[in-house]
Amino acid sequence: MSLSKEEIAKRIAKEIKDGYYVNLGIGIPTLVANYIPEDINVVLQSENGLLGMGPFPFEGEEDADLINAGKQTITTLPGSSIFDSAMSFGMIRAQKVDLTILGAMEVSENGDIANWKIPGKMVKGMGGAMDLVASAKNIIVAMQHVNKAGESKLLSACTLPLTGVKCIKKIVTELAVLNVLPEGGFQLVERAPGVSVEFIQQSTAGRLIIEGEIPEMNFD
Amino acid sequence: MINKVVSGAEEAIKDISDGATIMLGGFGLCGIPENCIDALVKKNVKNLTCISNNAGVDDFGIGLMLKQRQVKKMISSYVGENAEFERQLLSGELEVDLIPQGTLATRCLAAGYGMPAIFTPAGVGTEVAEGKEIRNFDGKDYLLEYAFDADFAIVKAWKGDAAGNLVFRSTSRNFNPVMAMAGKITIAEVEELVAVGELDPDHIHTPGIYVHRIFQGKDYEKRIEQRTVRVKS
Repeated sequence: MSLSKEEIAKRIAKEIKDGYYVNLGIGIPTLVANYIPEDINVVLQSENGLLGMGPFPFEGEEDADLINAGKQTITTLPGSSIFDSAMSFGMIRAQKVDLTILGAMEVSENGDIANWKIPGKMVKGMGGAMDLVASAKNIIVAMQHVNKAGESKLLSACTLPLTGVKCIKKIVTELAVLNVLPEGGFQLVERAPGVSVEFIQQSTAGRLIIEGEIPEMNFD
Repeated sequence: MINKVVSGAEEAIKDISDGATIMLGGFGLCGIPENCIDALVKKNVKNLTCISNNAGVDDFGIGLMLKQRQVKKMISSYVGENAEFERQLLSGELEVDLIPQGTLATRCLAAGYGMPAIFTPAGVGTEVAEGKEIRNFDGKDYLLEYAFDADFAIVKAWKGDAAGNLVFRSTSRNFNPVMAMAGKITIAEVEELVAVGELDPDHIHTPGIYVHRIFQGKDYEKRIEQRTVRVKS
């Protein structure tokens, strides 16, 4: 069984450690916030200028001046701080943020990522993604392993314009958890419950490295 | 004290003419200078180069200027919320320079700090790096990016005084303070213009030296792009 978006988010949440400052991108990464264990202290950074992002407001309590990087209305928490866009990217560039979680259209076996442009079709812009991937110490990508046509998005080389080079270290998809090795290659670490290694192999266009028994993901 | 108060948006933008380069504060529709955008639409100045993180939506913010074809070139990091923008871009009517968000903010900062350029790793190895100087520091590559050179910066603050001092509220701060520092002429519209002396000097985000004109705006709509709520259990 391949994972739902919520399950991908739940699996990624296990990578978050006590004391982390975390930046969550738009899409599946935003869902990760719902699964952070309550017994650890984590501060969420929103690159429009907020540390300590709280949950969505209750109906009637929305504040147009308080949004996240996805332009959603949010709340602050005790201990939150607000700053301008330059300082926000200053702390990102200076590697004060421990973990960045973002989506991708393609990732290559050497850790390149493409997630901002489809030439001739979609021109939305990179937002903060290029700054984040160029500076983050630790990046986890949440993405679909294959597109709707069943074609792999884990490639030997990206076909779309790049967002960053050699920067991705870990990927969680609907099928698997994979590490991108420093010397290149997708190392299969875990598989989704009921998904076979063979199926993951078929779904991975880039070089897949399989060593020993590959355990199923554990969500506890 | 130098009095910087003008009567309103119309007077504040009176010398913005065709071909000007203007910065506009805000992130999405949060903290945008609504009054000045309306005045620019009414004045219908053309061939503008606009530096702004986003391009508004089809019927609000900078989207209103795009609809009237007032913008020749947009310098932004993310423009995904505006269908008319995408149409003008794909048809070649609009020139667009998409740049990383941190680069955008820091190029403003550099202008306000009197520094001609910055080095940033954002965009190394991508099409953003094409034609740019690369320097290696401690084994890592960085791109040389120049400080912005804008004729006008237009920002929105929560409170301000006649001396031009500004205080921003919540995440509507975003690009506003760095753009306020970066314009040759900076125009600030504020929700509340308070008496000089009322703002605590320790709490001022933008010192008045950076601001040339200020006025109290009116009829703020403060439209919310993605109203997201949770239900009380």
